[in-house]
Amino acid sequence: MAGQRKWSRRLAALVFLLPALAGLLAFQLLPMVSSVVISFTDWDMIAKWTDMRFIGWDNYAAVFREEKSYTSLKNVFVFLIGYMPLVTALGTFLAVLLNRKIRAIKLYRAAVFVPVITSWVAVSIVWRWLLNGQSGLINFLLSKIGIHGPIWLQDDTWAMVSIIAVTVWKDIGFVSVILLAGLQDISEDYYEAAELDGASAWLKFRRITLPMLSPTLYFVVTISLINSFQLFDQVLIMTNGGPAGATSTLVEQVYKNAFQFNKMGFAAAQSWVLFVIIFAVSMLLQRLQRRWVVYER
Amino acid sequence: MRGNGLALKNGLTHLVLAAVSVVLVFPFVWMLTGAFKNGLEVVKMPPRFLPSHWNFDNFVRIEQFFPLYRFLLNSTVVAVATTLLQIIVCAMAAYVFAKIPFKGRQGVFLLFLTTMMIPAQVTLVPLFILFAKTNLIDTYAGLILPGIFSAYGTFLIRQHMLTVPNELLEAAFIDGASYYRVFRSVMLPLVKPTLAALTVFAFMSSWNNFLWPLIAVNSKELMTLPLGLSKLQGRWSTEWDVLMAGNVVSFVPIFVVYLFAQRYFVKGMTMTGIK
Repeated sequence: MAGQRKWSRRLAALVFLLPALAGLLAFQLLPMVSSVVISFTDWDMIAKWTDMRFIGWDNYAAVFREEKSYTSLKNVFVFLIGYMPLVTALGTFLAVLLNRKIRAIKLYRAAVFVPVITSWVAVSIVWRWLLNGQSGLINFLLSKIGIHGPIWLQDDTWAMVSIIAVTVWKDIGFVSVILLAGLQDISEDYYEAAELDGASAWLKFRRITLPMLSPTLYFVVTISLINSFQLFDQVLIMTNGGPAGATSTLVEQVYKNAFQFNKMGFAAAQSWVLFVIIFAVSMLLQRLQRRWVVYER
Repeated sequence: MRGNGLALKNGLTHLVLAAVSVVLVFPFVWMLTGAFKNGLEVVKMPPRFLPSHWNFDNFVRIEQFFPLYRFLLNSTVVAVATTLLQIIVCAMAAYVFAKIPFKGRQGVFLLFLTTMMIPAQVTLVPLFILFAKTNLIDTYAGLILPGIFSAYGTFLIRQHMLTVPNELLEAAFIDGASYYRVFRSVMLPLVKPTLAALTVFAFMSSWNNFLWPLIAVNSKELMTLPLGLSKLQGRWSTEWDVLMAGNVVSFVPIFVVYLFAQRYFVKGMTMTGIK
């Protein structure tokens, strides 16, 4: 009886797990293993499997030799340095305001979320128009206050600035909603006690809000880091990596090498280099975390 | 005195929040009004805020360039199928990880979690090859299948299912219920809020997905909205009126879903990392 029960349990476990296991195998594990294998070959997709030649570390060496790898890596770091502090600081500020108990707060919370739910493609197209040199609204508004605006997306300095600004605009709702959830977990008691001691608003923010919010902030920073390294949709549509590679990114390089230039092996190697970079930076962040993240005991 | 201070503070909060809301929402208003302007008016400087004459031509004219309403149908089919299948597959696996112990379960679960760390572009090339070799490129199945497995969704539902008391399940088993019966009639109803949150989250990811359709589709007939729009803007980059009409068609459905499921949207987002 007990034995029978055990077998029926095993059978049930297997049956219920089967679809997910098949998915895991087919869409995660198998591609991962093949990706490693492909990265050591010169395979170009057109050739037959049997013509696949192993070329050792050549693809990896080529990734490090290629100028574009460094350009795109540099661009991603420029993006990261502009985007991460900005989205975190502004997101925190917005979250604090959204946490106030005032009328119409639900309306504000809904409004900041609209860019979040929209596809990057739609958003990028609208911004390409707004940032257009001649018929764009942004330059028109700037001309009203006497500024002659640049041709944003075709200018090699302003293109990246534009990408950063638009990404902050799109992600700020996401970041502030997550931080808002973190804020709402902070007990009112702390603030009441501080008020009795006559603490100023800034002091309360520094000594209570920031430390109590630090685990959520750490999460936001990690997410924005990963987002930065995976920068793709908005770049492909707004600038296509240009002008002259000024907004070229790592994922965009992987995509173009694989699907436009048919360099499958090279692209696979590039994607693993990218993974190692993301992994290393996340680890570094994890290390630094101990210095500033406060966990409640 | 204190009351006055509070009123001032609230007033300032309103002011800042209203300004931020305008900045965040204005591009959508501009997109919406732009879709009803004609080709000349849309690039006119100084710009007119509202169209002088509301015309619906752009929503018809766009069909001359690309089958936009076909894209809309494709996006709907793909997003609905992906979401439904993802929820079923994740809930089934979550049931095992939460309530059906077997030897090695912990190891399998860990394997699931590890895949969450692998960035999508690492598996992109081989995934494309796999689909090309199995003739799934340029099919609905090719668009849908990679989206139905989600380690994150499985994890989320499992966390909720863990909170269901075992006594409840034991009682059902004693009454002669099968594993399937318990899953359908006890577990699923109890974790409905999580399922709802995951549903809107999965729907949004699928609706907005760009990179995979970009790779998995070549023919016009199978393009989803983001992909179709990106191709459209590539070739007719200055037809802003037509482009905005296309944008509106892709934005309105997700916006309507958002209005109806706002609570779950935010929940799906915040659950990503916090709870």
